[in-house]
Amino acid sequence: MTEYLLRHVQVLLASVGQLARAPGSTLMTVCVIGITLALPAMLYLLVDNAKSVIRNWQGRPQVSVFLKQNVAEQDVLSLQQELARRPETESIELITSDEALEEFKTRSGFGQALDILSENPLPASIVIHISDDAGDPAVIEALVRDIETRPEVDLAQWDLAWVKRLHVILKLVQRAVIVLAALLGLAVIIIVSNTSRLAILNRRDEIETMKLIGATDGFIRRPFLYGGVIQGVLGAVCAIIIVSVCLSLLDGPIAELMALYHGGFAMSGINPRTISMLLVAGGVLGWLAARTAVGRHLRRIEPQ
Amino acid sequence: MIQFAQVSKRYESGHEALRNVSFFLEKREMAFLIGRSGAGKSTLLKLIIRVENVTQGQLIVNERNVTRMKDRHIPRLRREIGVVFQNHRLLHDRTVFDNVALPLVVSGVGHREIGRRVRAALDKVDLLSKERLYPIMLSGGEQQRVGIARAVVNRPPVLLADEPTGNLDPLLSDEIMDIFHQFNQFGVTVLVATHEYRHIDRLRKRVLELDNGRLVRGASEEHG
Ligand SMILES: Nc1ncnc2c1ncn2[C@@H]1O[C@H](COP(=O)(O)OP(=O)(O)OP(=O)(O)O)[C@@H](O)[C@H]1O
Ligand SMILES: [Mg+2]
Repeated sequence: MTEYLLRHVQVLLASVGQLARAPGSTLMTVCVIGITLALPAMLYLLVDNAKSVIRNWQGRPQVSVFLKQNVAEQDVLSLQQELARRPETESIELITSDEALEEFKTRSGFGQALDILSENPLPASIVIHISDDAGDPAVIEALVRDIETRPEVDLAQWDLAWVKRLHVILKLVQRAVIVLAALLGLAVIIIVSNTSRLAILNRRDEIETMKLIGATDGFIRRPFLYGGVIQGVLGAVCAIIIVSVCLSLLDGPIAELMALYHGGFAMSGINPRTISMLLVAGGVLGWLAARTAVGRHLRRIEPQ
Repeated sequence: MIQFAQVSKRYESGHEALRNVSFFLEKREMAFLIGRSGAGKSTLLKLIIRVENVTQGQLIVNERNVTRMKDRHIPRLRREIGVVFQNHRLLHDRTVFDNVALPLVVSGVGHREIGRRVRAALDKVDLLSKERLYPIMLSGGEQQRVGIARAVVNRPPVLLADEPTGNLDPLLSDEIMDIFHQFNQFGVTVLVATHEYRHIDRLRKRVLELDNGRLVRGASEEHG
């Protein structure tokens, strides 16, 4: 067993040696992989951040329920209690028609002018602050429609239509990130498989000799596979550095922008989950690429 | 050990390199394979290690039917046959030691055993002092001896050589051929392609002569 491990370590070291023998092209490949992986990773992190911005927004979604005129106070109370019990509700606020009038007077500046009205034209309303778990626009929409069927209710609406729009946009961006990641992953495979192909052709004589003395294809393939994995992982490390640097450059301006609206938002940097995802992706893509290249070209090299 | 039964080899170009060749080389036997350039000597050796496959007839090596062997069994066949190539085929970016160790590494021999066997093989060709050097630092004769050490390090029962003394001066050439002779005396079956008839007179071994793809001498076992 130790003998077996030792042998793999030897092959691994030999692969590192092979890559180190062509430092220029290895470095270039690693950088290209790094940039390629950095792009989707960065977008992913930005979307992640944007989501948490929306979640923490002060004006989190709320539903205003306007009641009909002349609803009995008893009915208003029971409706209020019922709405407070709903799972979507975080907290609830009753604004009586008098309170509404007061607020309107002070805010509008029409103050005195409204005194000439003999009757208060403003309806009482209930404001529901939606809980975090029910942030999905579809859920809120359903709630609004349900409330509107109540006889006491004149109109229910949720004002934050932009939240809905933002959600849709984010979903779109998220999809785009996935598509982009797939495309760029394919690019990584093409890059690594090309360098693997060149590595194989460069070592053609050696491969022929190995075959002549009885090396199996599996044995010959191994150092190239290790080479692919090493390049992929190094590329991922490069991507992690690129993303960290870019995010730290963006950090200042974004914090300023956020401060304009509501302060207190710190952008989260690259997290362990993203780091491990990048490393695994780099390694797997490198392995896949080397495997396809080696499989195709090794069979074609036969000693003469 | 090696049995050719009415073997013909036609290359894709249509050239018939071997025609109806039959002979039997016994265990522990040594034979020279001679013939003019283009007679088919290299082709015959390539068939034995399945670098080429026969077009017609049957070829048995070490009790294995090489003709019908599946591709995945070829490495095992080649590990049982030591081959010395004319251009020795050493790897330039590895030391003498690593070159000779290659067949053992390929066969999955343990680390310590590799050291022991490589030094024993290098000792036999008198190159123990040069194990740390790279092939390019050696003379032609020394490189050829490294090639021989690599061919025998895995103790194969069969040893093939394709003009192993090609570019060497007569003295070195004799020396190399004597090494083959010694291995044969240790019980290895040896088949050497050469165009230096001098060795034949000197060592008095069986001769297989090819002429334009036909075996014209040595088909049955008369010696000399
Ligand atoms: N791959 C090939 N494709 C087509 N023809 C070939 C091939 N290899 C060899 N030949 C032909 O087969 C014939 C025998 O070649 P071979 O190499 O066996 O000769 P040889 O006896 O080893 O000659 P030499 O002493 O010059 O090495 C030659 O005419 C050669 O041109
Ligand atoms: Mg030849």
